[in-house]
Amino acid sequence: MTTTATPIPVTPTPAEPAATATATVRRPSRRRFSVGRAAAWTYIVIVLIVTIFPFYWILRTALSNNYALITDPASLVPTGFTLGAFQRVLGLATPEQAIAEGGSGASIEIGHFLLNSVIYATLSTVFIVFFSALAAYAFARLRWRGRELMFSLFLTALMVPGILTLLPNFVLVKELGLLNTFAGMILPTALFSAFNIFFLRQFMLGLSTETEEAALIDGAGRIRVFFRITLPMSSGPIITLSILGFITAWNDYFWPLLVTSDDSVQPLTLALAVFKQSSPQSAPDWAGLMAATLVAALPMLVLFIVFGKRIVNSIGFTGIK
Amino acid sequence: MIARSGASAPTRLSRSERNRDRRGSVNAKAPAHRGDAKLAWLFIAPALIGFLVFAAYPTLRGIYLSFTDFKVLTPPTWIGLDNFVELLGDDVFWSSLLVTVYFVVLSVALGLTLSIITAVVLHRLTASTVVRGLIILPFLISGVVAATVWSWMLDTQLGIINIALEQLTGQSIQFLTSRAWAIPSIALISVWKSLGYTAIIIFAGLQTIPPTIYEAGRIDGANEFQMFRRLTLPLLRPILALVVVLNVIGAFQVFDIVQVATKGGPANASNVLQMYIYSKAFGQFDFGYASAMSLALFAVLIVITFLQMRLLRASESDTN
Repeated sequence: MTTTATPIPVTPTPAEPAATATATVRRPSRRRFSVGRAAAWTYIVIVLIVTIFPFYWILRTALSNNYALITDPASLVPTGFTLGAFQRVLGLATPEQAIAEGGSGASIEIGHFLLNSVIYATLSTVFIVFFSALAAYAFARLRWRGRELMFSLFLTALMVPGILTLLPNFVLVKELGLLNTFAGMILPTALFSAFNIFFLRQFMLGLSTETEEAALIDGAGRIRVFFRITLPMSSGPIITLSILGFITAWNDYFWPLLVTSDDSVQPLTLALAVFKQSSPQSAPDWAGLMAATLVAALPMLVLFIVFGKRIVNSIGFTGIK
Repeated sequence: MIARSGASAPTRLSRSERNRDRRGSVNAKAPAHRGDAKLAWLFIAPALIGFLVFAAYPTLRGIYLSFTDFKVLTPPTWIGLDNFVELLGDDVFWSSLLVTVYFVVLSVALGLTLSIITAVVLHRLTASTVVRGLIILPFLISGVVAATVWSWMLDTQLGIINIALEQLTGQSIQFLTSRAWAIPSIALISVWKSLGYTAIIIFAGLQTIPPTIYEAGRIDGANEFQMFRRLTLPLLRPILALVVVLNVIGAFQVFDIVQVATKGGPANASNVLQMYIYSKAFGQFDFGYASAMSLALFAVLIVITFLQMRLLRASESDTN
C-alpha cells in the first residue's frame, strides 16, 4: 500500500522553495478579510481556550491555599498563593501540616511512582517497537514458507478488542506468579502488536532494495543488514510508533490497576487515582489534587515541548496509513 | 553475529555463485538469501510467542471461562449457558449496556462533529503547527488526570463552570452527581480529551486532497457548503470510516474517566459495561460471569463494526 518509497527525511530538493514561493504568491488573495474567516478564527480561539483552560486551572488551583479556595473559588489567579499543595503531594509536609492545610495527611511518594512510570512506559515501548520491527522485517524482506499464513494469523488479532483478553490475561499473569511485578505489567503487550507489525511492514515494503542488495553482495549477513540498513532507514515510523506507544503506556490505567495491588511497581496514574480517593469526601483537598495532577502530567508536557511537532505529525501519519 | 546466516549454510558458496543465485530470484522485493527461512522464524519468534500466549490463548480461554463458574480461588467448573441465562435477567447488565450505548452515541457524535469542523477550519486557515500542537495537548495526558481536573471544574459548589453558570443563568448543574448529567458530563470529558487527536487525523486526511479539485468545484459554481458536502466528505470517507470505528470501539471500553469521575454513580447512572465487568470480576470475584459479559460486549462490538462497514460502503456507492 505504501506507494511512495521515501526513505527517511531527505534533504529539501530544489523543487521545494519554488513550491512555497507559489504558495505565498497565491495566499494574499485568500487572506482577505471575510465573515467566514472571522467566524473560523473565532471558532479556533474558542476551541483553544476550552483546550487550554483546564491546564491553567490545574496550575492556578495547585498554587492556591485549599481554605482560601472555598472563600474565593472564582478567582482567576491563585488565592492565598502557596506552594503548600506541592509540599503535601511530594511528602515534604508533615501529616499535621498537611491536615492543617486541608489535606488528608496522605502523600504520594511522587519520585518513586514517577520512576515506576518511566520504567513501565520505556520498557514496554522499547520492547514492542523492537520486536515489531524484527517481525515486520521478516514479513517484508525475507522469503519463507508460511509467511502469508503467519501474517494473516497476526492480522486477525487486530479484530479482537482488549476486553476479551483482559480477564484471561489477568488470570494467566496471576498463575505465572507475576502479579505486582514489572514483568506482569509489561509482558502481555511487550511482545506482540499486530498494528505495529502491519505499520512497519508496509513501510519496509516500500523501501528500495538496492542498498540492501549491495550490502548482501558485499557479504553482510541479514542480521547486519537489518540493524545497519533497514532499521536506520525506518527511523521515521519507528519514532512515530515509539512516541505513541510511550504516551499510551504512560497513561495506561486499567491494566496496571488489575495486576498491581501494592505501590512497589504501581505507575503514577494509579497513585493519582488513589490520592484522589484518599482526599476527604466532605471537603476535598483540591489544591493538593491539582498539584498531584500537575506532577503526573508534567512529563507528558515536557515531551510535548520537546517533540510537539513530531507528535502532531505522528498522529496524522498513523491516521493516513 | 554478522556471518550468522552464511555460516549456517551447509556449504559455503563463492561470492560470484551467490550473486548469480540472487540475480535469478523472481521476487524483487525479497531477494533470496541463504538461511532466510530460519532467520525469519527467529525474527518473528518474540511476536509469535506474544501472539500465542497473550492474545490467542487468552481469547480462547476467555470464551471458555464464560461458560464456567469461576470464582478465581477455586478451579472453573463448566456450567454451560448459565452465565448467559443469568445475563438476560440481569437488570444492571441491561442498564449498563444502555448507559454504554448512550455514552458511545453521545461522545462519538459530538466528538466527530466537532473534530470534522475543527479539522476543516484548521485546514482552511492554514493554521500553524503551534495551533495544531496545542489542540492535541489533552490527548497526551491520562484519563485519570483529565477526569480529576474536570471533576474539580464541574464541582457543584466550588467548580468554576458552575460558578460561571450561576452568574449567567442563576442556576447550577449537578454535573457528576445527578442521574441526568453523569453520562453527558463524562462524554464531555472524553470529547475534550480526544477532540484534538481525531481532528489531527482528519486534518492529515484533508491535506491529501489535491487543491485542484476545489478549484474545479469553484469554477463549477459550488459554494463552500456544497464543496464540503460533495467533495470533502466523500473524499474523506476512508479516514472517517477508520476514525468512527476506532472511536466507537474505544468508547465502548471507556473506564478510567468513569472510575475517577463518578465510580459509575449516582445509582448506576454512569455504570458503563467495562465498569460493571470490573466490579463483577474484582469486586465480587465472579470471573466466569465477568467473562461472559466480556464475550457479550465483544459480540456487540463485532456486530457494530460490521454494520458500520456495511453502512459506510452503502453510502459510498450512493454518492458515486
